Amino acid sequence: MGAFIIRRLIGLVVVLFFISVLTFLIFFATPGVDPSRQLAGRNPSHDTVLAIKHEFGLDRPLPIRYALMMKRLFISRDLVSYGNQALKVVPAITSATPVTFSLVIGAAVLWVFFSILLGLLAVVFKGTVIDPLLMILALIGISMPVFWLGEMANLLTQDRLHNTFLFSWVPPLGYTPLTQNPWQWFLHLLIPWITLSVLYVGFYARVLRGNLLDIQSEDYVRTARAKGLSPRRVLLKHMLRTSLITFVSLFGLDFGVLVGGGALLTEVVFGLPGVGKLTYDSLVNLDLPVIMATVLYGAFFITIMSALVDILYARLDPRIRPA
Amino acid sequence: MAEFAYEPEPEVRLAAGEQIQDIAGKSPWRLAGRRLLRNRIAIGSLVLFVLIVAVSFAAPLYAHHLAHTDAFNSNVSGTTVVNGKRVDVIQQGSGKLGLGETPIGATWHWNYLFGADAQGRDVMARVLYGGRASLEIGIGSALICCAIALVLAMIAGFFRGWTDSILSRLMDLIWAFPVYLLAIALATVLLTKENGLQWGPIHVDPSSLWVPTMIIAVVYVPYVYRPVRGQVLSAREKEYVEAAISQGASNLRLMFSEILPNVLSTVIVLLPLMIATTVLTEAALSFLGIGVKDPKASWGTIINDGQGLLYTRPLVAIVPGIMIVLTVLSLNVLGDGVRDALDPRAKVRVGK
Repeated sequence: MGAFIIRRLIGLVVVLFFISVLTFLIFFATPGVDPSRQLAGRNPSHDTVLAIKHEFGLDRPLPIRYALMMKRLFISRDLVSYGNQALKVVPAITSATPVTFSLVIGAAVLWVFFSILLGLLAVVFKGTVIDPLLMILALIGISMPVFWLGEMANLLTQDRLHNTFLFSWVPPLGYTPLTQNPWQWFLHLLIPWITLSVLYVGFYARVLRGNLLDIQSEDYVRTARAKGLSPRRVLLKHMLRTSLITFVSLFGLDFGVLVGGGALLTEVVFGLPGVGKLTYDSLVNLDLPVIMATVLYGAFFITIMSALVDILYARLDPRIRPA
Repeated sequence: MAEFAYEPEPEVRLAAGEQIQDIAGKSPWRLAGRRLLRNRIAIGSLVLFVLIVAVSFAAPLYAHHLAHTDAFNSNVSGTTVVNGKRVDVIQQGSGKLGLGETPIGATWHWNYLFGADAQGRDVMARVLYGGRASLEIGIGSALICCAIALVLAMIAGFFRGWTDSILSRLMDLIWAFPVYLLAIALATVLLTKENGLQWGPIHVDPSSLWVPTMIIAVVYVPYVYRPVRGQVLSAREKEYVEAAISQGASNLRLMFSEILPNVLSTVIVLLPLMIATTVLTEAALSFLGIGVKDPKASWGTIINDGQGLLYTRPLVAIVPGIMIVLTVLSLNVLGDGVRDALDPRAKVRVGK
């Protein structure tokens, strides 16, 4: 087990290195792309461009530029935005992280609860109208673009139905930190949570239903039935538990992807100042260092998350552990 | 040596309501076609999808012959005739002071059916033209993505060894990036050059639809590569491949006439679902302003235009969104149908 963890962690470091190299190359070595032009503004003189190149170290060879960039990102943490020299990239990401976590964790609680509920209901009511009805709802859920759903939610809760008893509690778009006012934090995030979770409720409910139907003719399920256990007990204790293995591994990866930047569209639509919103704001100015840093942050988070899922799995299920 | 014995496959898979006699002696493709045709919901969604494609590609006909409006040039000071009266396309705000400007709302006539956007362009005409761009990018990138993934997976799964290691590690690397962020990274870099990129003879114009198409295609390659590579690896071990090798078949013949037909069904099952995914991705990128850009339109671009008019003219955002939902929904249902047709779930034990 120890050897497995060490091997997985070494693999993780190697992957992280290659991710950082690839990201750096995309941003600073794509042929024809010259960040100094963008820094120098419109119609710069040749000398200005050269001076800027020197100041930002853009005239050095690529490996050195890569090393400098990583040093400024991880060691001295003083990488500044190209557009706004006062914006330090690393602190900006650190302060945006709690917002993204608040959004994703809340949505995850909702989607786990409701997808298990829907999946179980669909299996229990298999053969009646309820099953196809629930699955059509799930399909519609996974077919909606999240930013559009968010806009429709805004249209109803901020404007059309805002003055009715239904949505008069919805605060204006924005964010209140949990430490400042937990109740306002909750109110501000409730609609974004629901919006973000719709897609995943649909997806997970479909996966869970398919999985439960697949295993219902397995030998251990028949044994459990033959023992005379109640159908409810068989479903919850025997079938659901097995299905949750797939569920948990999907969950780990999706959670990683969302925290690593997948929640971008939801953050933009609801004006939540998380990491995704930071990426979006720097997109508008094509601010390369900030975008590179957020992309790197996202890829790192996802990779670390999937390594953790692997290790956790090997602990839980000895079959996965290589000898 | 073990005694040589022919053992038939112990299980066959039947679709709902099928008997063993129904499938006896039929080729897998014919069977799949039959099953798909009998699935009314899947055929209905296929019809819906074809309808959306047809209507979108008829956009110029609609704009020139029915609406007589321009979908691309701004028309801020223009007028249009509604119920015999000439009205401004962009109207002065109401109230005592007449502050602000509001584009014309839904007229429910051919001209400005769903009103105009902030620049006075006909929303319905733009939705149709936008649908054309969205579908071109969605279908194009899904096809390119599946083609690249299929070629790479065939090479990796057939030659195995270090070829497979290198390709698979590369795919893992792309897989590690969040899809939207990788697409954003690639799009941003291509956009920093206003006049486009020049690589030798290849010139890339940043406003070309090929930019989002290729970006989306590349980003999703690992998602198709992984399952197909697995299929190639297992097909490589099958007896029919060994038989072909013993007949002295060349590598190319093994790949194209022995392995390819057996992994193609995996790609075909994935294709509708990939188009659904790429249509959604294109919409998201355009919504963020890095896919299809003004004055060109796509469904995502129009939703972005509608953001500023959300509370005054919500139809600008609602209509393209509904088009996306219908398209993606029909593709998802079709994808389920194709999967069930090619790979039915119910296993039936036959023979011994």
